[in-house]
Amino acid sequence: MTTLADYALHLADNALILGQRNAEWCGHGPVLEEDLALANHSLDLIGQARLLYQWVAQLRGDGSTEDTLAYFRDPEAFFNFTLLELPHCTALAPSARAERDYAVTIVRNFFFSSYMLLVWGVLQSHAQPQLSAIAAKSIKEVRYHCQHAADWLIRFGDGTAESHDRAQAAVDFLMPYTQEFWSEWPAAKEVLPDTAHLKNQWFDMVIDVIKEAGLQLPEASGYVTQGVLGIHTEHMSYLLAEMQSLARQHPGAQW
Amino acid sequence: MVTDQTISPPLPTGPIALPTGDSDEAALWQWLESVCDPEIPVLSLRELGVLRAVTSTSTGWQLWITPTYNGCPALSQMKADLLSAMQSAGKPAEVITSLAPAWSSDWITDEAKEKLRTYGIAPPHASAQSNGISLVRLAGKMQRAQVPCPQCGSSDTTETSQFGSTACKAMYKCLACAEPFDYFKPY
Repeated sequence: MTTLADYALHLADNALILGQRNAEWCGHGPVLEEDLALANHSLDLIGQARLLYQWVAQLRGDGSTEDTLAYFRDPEAFFNFTLLELPHCTALAPSARAERDYAVTIVRNFFFSSYMLLVWGVLQSHAQPQLSAIAAKSIKEVRYHCQHAADWLIRFGDGTAESHDRAQAAVDFLMPYTQEFWSEWPAAKEVLPDTAHLKNQWFDMVIDVIKEAGLQLPEASGYVTQGVLGIHTEHMSYLLAEMQSLARQHPGAQW
Repeated sequence: MVTDQTISPPLPTGPIALPTGDSDEAALWQWLESVCDPEIPVLSLRELGVLRAVTSTSTGWQLWITPTYNGCPALSQMKADLLSAMQSAGKPAEVITSLAPAWSSDWITDEAKEKLRTYGIAPPHASAQSNGISLVRLAGKMQRAQVPCPQCGSSDTTETSQFGSTACKAMYKCLACAEPFDYFKPY
């Protein structure tokens, strides 16, 4: 497979896995408006994933389709960032089924959407016309995602003592996972050569909002996760099981 | 036949005026005015900026459309409605989806913006062109352009949610007449 197809698959997996994760809020949102907002996010992300999977299938030319890529791969064949597969709770929650914490949802959306704002910004002038076309559309959507997450992060950080503490706990918990954004795996090195510059831009954006929220940004340190290489947390299998079980039990099902 | 294709010959950008005259192409544009957005039935696909071009080939017509939001579930309905309009005109046709140039709410025609307002949806008030990074900065200051109420015209309105009943709309409330309303977001 080509480098470009590898990278497009990573982008598609990112969008699909976060889209699926955020869709867990559908029918369970903290307020009706946020329920709708997260469902809208997921619709955008799954729309982006479909375009990318269709393109990857075309590049591979091996009979894959968007459906085989989404529903018939096991965890180790997915190359999304680990950050995106984590459940909506912090490390001290007793299990993945613990009560969801909206602060984790918002901080993750903020870290990832601000990163994608930069990535789509670079890719919209990529020489490959399909990639640049998908990037030019996706950046318009990710602006709204980023604005939504930044607004809520400020509201939480600048809100009550509890909302502040939960937002800070989510930032502390998730920050180490952002190290994976800058990891130099082969396809990323070729498609996004200047990660050092992106990293600086990303920090500038993030720190602005974190300060406005009255929160602290910890040093991103410790173990660097490797979802981009197909090495995932235990949470990935549960997420895929829920998403894929219908297609696997009833291959070719239509509705 | 529905073809999915992301790359196209150069398609126009900007709003498309309804062609006049009696050429086959102008007649086809006029015929397709009856095909409306499934969610916003007062706008034709041309007025919305989704129908970008019609071209004729030796085997029939090609209708070039572009999606609004990537995940918009109305797209397949739009394709089906276009094909059904072509069928009832007895014209063989295929619908081709093109991603570039990316659809923008700036392509909604002025007449269509007025129709949106009359229908109760505040049209996009500003150009969609903006710098992503500055948007994040603005989020921190809660600076938002005022969206006039489509019912009473007051600018004393407030956003209740950035996301509404469809991907392209936000929810607002008028503080003067107390009516809630949808706002078609710049994209």
